[in-house]
Amino acid sequence: MTPTAAPDAPLLLGVRHHGPGSARAVRAALDRARPAAVLVEGPPEADALVHLAADEDMRPPVALLAHAVDDPGRAVFWPFAAFSPEWTALRWALAHDVPFRFIDLPAAHTLASPAPEPDADAAAAPAVRLDPLAALAAAGGYDDPETWWEDAVEHRRGGPPDGDVLAPFRAVADAMRELRDAFGGEGEDARDAVREAHMRLRIRDARRAYGDGIAVVCGAWHVPALTAVRTVTADRQLLKGLPKVKAELSWVPWTHRRLSRHSGYGAGIASPGWYGHLFEAADRPVERWLTKVARLLRDEGHPVSSAHVIEAVRLAETLAALRGRPLAGLAETTDAARAVLCDGSDVPLALVHDRLVVGDELGEVPEGAPASPLRRDLDRLQRSLRLKPEAGRRDREFDLRKDTDAARSRLLHRLRILGVGWGEPVVPRGGLGTFRETWRLCWEPELSVRLAEAAVWGTTVEGAATARAEAGAVAGAALSDVTALAEQCLLAGLSAALPTVLRVLADRAALDTDVAHLCQALPALVRSVRYGDVRGTDATALAGVAGGLAERIVVGLPAACTGLAPDAAATMRGHLDGVHGSVGLLAEVMEATDTAGSGAALRRRWSGVLRTLASRDGLPGAIRGRAVRLLLDDGELDDERVARFMGLALSPGTPPAEGAAWIDGFLGGGAGGTVLVHDARLLGLVDAWLTSVPAGAFTDVLPLLRRTFAAFEAGVRRTLGEQVRCGSGAPAPEGDAAGFGAVLDEERADAVLPTLRLLLGPVATATPATAASATTNRGTQP
Amino acid sequence: MPGQPENRVQQVLRPHAEDAFAGELAALAAADDRPRPARWRLSPWAVATYLLGGTLPDGTVITPKYVGPRRVVEVAVTTLATDRALLLLGVPGTAKTWVSEHLAAAVSGDSTLLVQGTAGTAEEAVRYGWDYARLLAHGPSREALVPSPVMRAMEQGMTVRVEELTRIPADVQDSLITILSEKTLPVPELGEEVQAVRGFNLVATANDRDRGVNDLSSALRRRFNTVVLPLPATADDEVDIVARRVDQLGRSLDLPAAPDGIDEIRRVVTVFRELRAGVTADGRTKLKSPSGTLSTAEAISVVTGGLALAAHFGDGVLRAGDVAAGVLGAVVRDPAADRVVWQEYLETVVREREDWQDFYRACREAAA
Repeated sequence: MTPTAAPDAPLLLGVRHHGPGSARAVRAALDRARPAAVLVEGPPEADALVHLAADEDMRPPVALLAHAVDDPGRAVFWPFAAFSPEWTALRWALAHDVPFRFIDLPAAHTLASPAPEPDADAAAAPAVRLDPLAALAAAGGYDDPETWWEDAVEHRRGGPPDGDVLAPFRAVADAMRELRDAFGGEGEDARDAVREAHMRLRIRDARRAYGDGIAVVCGAWHVPALTAVRTVTADRQLLKGLPKVKAELSWVPWTHRRLSRHSGYGAGIASPGWYGHLFEAADRPVERWLTKVARLLRDEGHPVSSAHVIEAVRLAETLAALRGRPLAGLAETTDAARAVLCDGSDVPLALVHDRLVVGDELGEVPEGAPASPLRRDLDRLQRSLRLKPEAGRRDREFDLRKDTDAARSRLLHRLRILGVGWGEPVVPRGGLGTFRETWRLCWEPELSVRLAEAAVWGTTVEGAATARAEAGAVAGAALSDVTALAEQCLLAGLSAALPTVLRVLADRAALDTDVAHLCQALPALVRSVRYGDVRGTDATALAGVAGGLAERIVVGLPAACTGLAPDAAATMRGHLDGVHGSVGLLAEVMEATDTAGSGAALRRRWSGVLRTLASRDGLPGAIRGRAVRLLLDDGELDDERVARFMGLALSPGTPPAEGAAWIDGFLGGGAGGTVLVHDARLLGLVDAWLTSVPAGAFTDVLPLLRRTFAAFEAGVRRTLGEQVRCGSGAPAPEGDAAGFGAVLDEERADAVLPTLRLLLGPVATATPATAASATTNRGTQP
Repeated sequence: MPGQPENRVQQVLRPHAEDAFAGELAALAAADDRPRPARWRLSPWAVATYLLGGTLPDGTVITPKYVGPRRVVEVAVTTLATDRALLLLGVPGTAKTWVSEHLAAAVSGDSTLLVQGTAGTAEEAVRYGWDYARLLAHGPSREALVPSPVMRAMEQGMTVRVEELTRIPADVQDSLITILSEKTLPVPELGEEVQAVRGFNLVATANDRDRGVNDLSSALRRRFNTVVLPLPATADDEVDIVARRVDQLGRSLDLPAAPDGIDEIRRVVTVFRELRAGVTADGRTKLKSPSGTLSTAEAISVVTGGLALAAHFGDGVLRAGDVAAGVLGAVVRDPAADRVVWQEYLETVVREREDWQDFYRACREAAA
C-alpha cells in the first residue's frame, strides 16, 4: 500500500499544496524513484499546455485558468508557485523527458458544478470539509495546523543523505488513512468521491500505458482513496451523468499577492514569499531570511547593521527553542525582526510583511500561450457591440441615451482603467450635451500585450476592470487620484468596485490634513453624485462619502485660510467657489433622498463657515470678500450687512492692497458688476474708497482693480460709469438709489402693462393679477 | 495588569514580587527540569509560565502576572536568555514596570536592584560613587567606593532594572554603552575594572510617546532588544481596568460610588480607543489621531475627575457633562491641530450616534 510496501504499485506522493517542504521532498523522491510517468492532481484538459512550462519565458507564479467558453466570468484556476510540489513535479517530468498527465476531474465538469472550488484541499476551505491537518495538529498538541505542518514536514531538512526520502510520504499517508478511518464518511463530500474515482481511472490508464513505475503527486488527503481497491465499473458509475460545459484552458501570469488571498482568486497561502525563500535557500534559511530583511530595511533608510542581524538570528533560534519548535519559523523570525531590527515598531515590520513575506513576485507566460479568457471576452464584446479594432485613428461619437452606444462607452472606459488605451475621450467640438461622448479609437499592436498583462486581473473585461479599480484605489496616493477613480468607475459602470473605492476615499479624506485637497476632491465627487443616477448607479453611498467630505471641509476651512500668501489665497478663493457650488448641489441631492433634513443642516453649517470667513480679521481680503459675496448671492446677508462688511474692509485703516483684494474677491467672477449696478450704496462705498487711496498706493492697486472691472460686461461697465458720473461720489441718501426714484412711479409702471398683456395673451383672465404681481415685484426690487 | 498580592508579607504596604509570589516561584523551581542559563533561578520556559500563568504538573496554579499577548513575554524572556539587554516600551499604564519587576524576580530572585531614572539621575547611580569620608581619610580604595545597583548586579550576575530610561540625561545614558557591550565597568581611579559575571543583564523601561525626553542614541539603542507592551486589546478589558481603578481611587478620595457610571466609562474608553487607533470601533471610518497619548491612565483620570464633579456639583450620577471637559482636555493638547481633530470626530462620528446625543451636546458646550 505505502510506497515501499508494494514496489510495483504507483508511487503516491501526498503533499500539501504549495508547501515548500513538500516540493523539496517530491523532487528528492522523483530523483530517487525515476518513474516512467508523472501524474499530478490537475485538470486533464491542460495536458496539451504542459509543454509550455518548459519554455524559458514561463516563470512562476502562474496559474492554469479554465473558463466556460460561453461565459468567461465563470472560471476556475490552479495556481502554481515555484515552490508548489505540483510545479516541481511538472518541471521534473519535462526536464527528464518523462510523460506527464493531469488526473483530476476535467475542468468541464468542475465548471459545470454549482460551487467550483478545485483547490479545496488542505490549504483551503476548511469549513467545507473537516480539515485533516487541524485534526493531526491537535493530535500533536499544536493549536495552529499550519505551524504543525511546518514543524513536522516543511521544516524537516536534509535527513539522512541517501536515507529514506519516501519516509515522510509514508508517514503522512498513514496519518491520513487513520484520519479518514477515524472520521469515516464524515469528512468526505460527494465531490471528493467523484474526483478520486476519476483519479483512480486515470491512474489505471497510465499504468496500462507506462507500466507500474509511475509517480502520482496529489493532496495528502486523497492518498488513501487512491490506493483503495475499487472496481472500474463502480468508478465509472460515479462519473456517469456529470454536468458538463465547454471549457477552455490557458496559462495566465499570477502574483504572490493573489496567492496570499484567502478568497476569490487566492490560494490562501499567508506567506508565499517566505515559502519561496524556504524552497530556494540552499541552507541556513533563518540567517538568509533575516539578512534579506536587513537589506530591505537598509534600502528603506533604517539603520540596520550586521550586528543587528546576528542578534536577531540568536533571538529567533532561542525563541524557537523556548516554544519547542525544531526550527525558527516565520513567527519567530518576525518576532526577532520586530524586537531587534525594527526597535519594537510595527511600521517597518509591515513593510517586511508586504515586500518579503508576501512579496511582489509576478509570473510570466510565453507568447505562444493560448489567448487569455480576457482577450476572448473582449473579442466577444467587440463583435456584439460592432466595434472593430482598427489600426488607423478614427473618431466615434456616442449617444449615451442609446443602449449600444452606452455599452460601447462603458467598454472603452473599462479598458482605460485596465491600461488598455484603445480609445481616448476627446473634448467634443461645439457644445454637445452631456449625453454625448466623442472617442478617438486607435488599436496599436502593443495593446495586445497590455491585454495579456491585464489578464491577471480577471477573466472578463468587467471583472478585470473592477479588480484593477479596487487595487488602484487601495494603492492610490493622493485623495484626488481616488476621487478621479471613483468618477471613472461611474463612467465605466463598475458599480461592484464602488464600495471599495468609496471606502478608501472616505479613509483618505479622514486622514488628509490638507483642506485644499479635500476642497479639490469635493466637486468631482458631488458631480458623480449628481449624475451618478443618470447612469443608473446607486448614489446614496456616494452621497454619504461626499457629505463626510463636506463636513470635514466645514470643520477645517477657517483654520486653513489663515496666513495665506496672495497666490495661495487666490487658489483658496477658487476652492471656496467650487465647494460652495458643490455644497449647494449636494444639499439638493440630500434633500431629495434624505428625510432627516440633513441637506438643510449642511447648508446652514456651510453658511456659518462663510460668516466666520467674512468676519474674521487677518484672513486674506480676497477670501473675506468672496465669502461676503457668496452669502449675498444666497440671500443670507441683507444689503445692510453687506454694506457694513464692505465699509469695514475698505475703511481707511486697511492697507490699499488689502482693500483691492477684498473688492476683487467680492466682485470677481460672473455678474459681479450687477451687484454694484443695483446697490448704489455699495458703489458709493467703492467710489469713496477709490478716491481716498493715496496717489502712491493707487498705482499698486490699479492692476488688480483693472483686472476685476475688465471682467464685467460692457453694458454693466457703461452703466456703472454713468452712475458714477451722474450720482455724486458720496453714498446716496437712504433708499434713493442712483438712477431710480425713491418711490414707485405708477404711471411708468402701468405703461408696461399693454405689452405684458400682449406677451401673456391667452391667459387673459389672469392678466390683472399677473400685472399686479409684476408691479409689486418691481416695487420691492429697486 | 497588576493583580493583588496573595498574602501580605509582614506589614509592608507593597511587598516585592519575589516575596509576594515566593510560593509560586518555589513551586516552579521544583517542577522545572529544563536547562537554566547561568545564575538563573528558573529556566526561560518557567519564567514565561510565571508571567503568563498556568498549572504545574503537581497542581500548583500559577496566577497570570501579565494579561496580554503571549508573544510579548516570550520575546522578553528569550532576550534575557540570549544575554541581550531588554527595553520595554509603552505608553503609561501598560504594565512596563510591573513586567520588569516580575522578570527580575523570576530570573534572579531579586527585583530590588533598581535605578530610577529621572532628569536628575547622575552618573553615580549608574556606575559608582564614593564614600567621601573614607576617601579623604584613607585615599582611594575599594572600600571607599559605593557601588551602584548596576555595578552590584555585574558583580553578582543578577538582573538590574532601569526605570524610565529616556528621562535620564543623555550623557548618563551613554555610560551604559560600555557596560552593555563590553560587560565591564572600568574604575580608572583605582586602575581596575569590574567585569560582569554570567547572569548579569539589564531590563530598562521607557515611555515611547512622552515628550521632552532624552531619546536614546542609536549606539545605545542597538544594545537593546525592544519589546513594545501594547495597550489593552479589547474595549471590555480596558473598561474593566478603568472601572476597577476608578473604584479604588474613588474610595480613597471618599467619592460616592457611581452606580450608573459604567456606561459613561464605556463611552470615555470608546472615545479614547477610537481616537488612539485612528478608526471607529466598528472599523468603518478612519479618523485622525490627536497628538496626545490618550493612555488608559488618562482615561482613568478623566473618569475620576468626572466623578468628583458629579459628586460635588452634580446630582451624584456620572453624566456626559461631567466627563466632556475632561475628555476635551485629554484630547486637545495642541490647540491648533488637535482642535480640528476633535471637531471632526465630534461632527462626523459622535453626532451620527443616536444614543450619544447628550455627549455630543455636552462636548459642544465644553468646546464653546
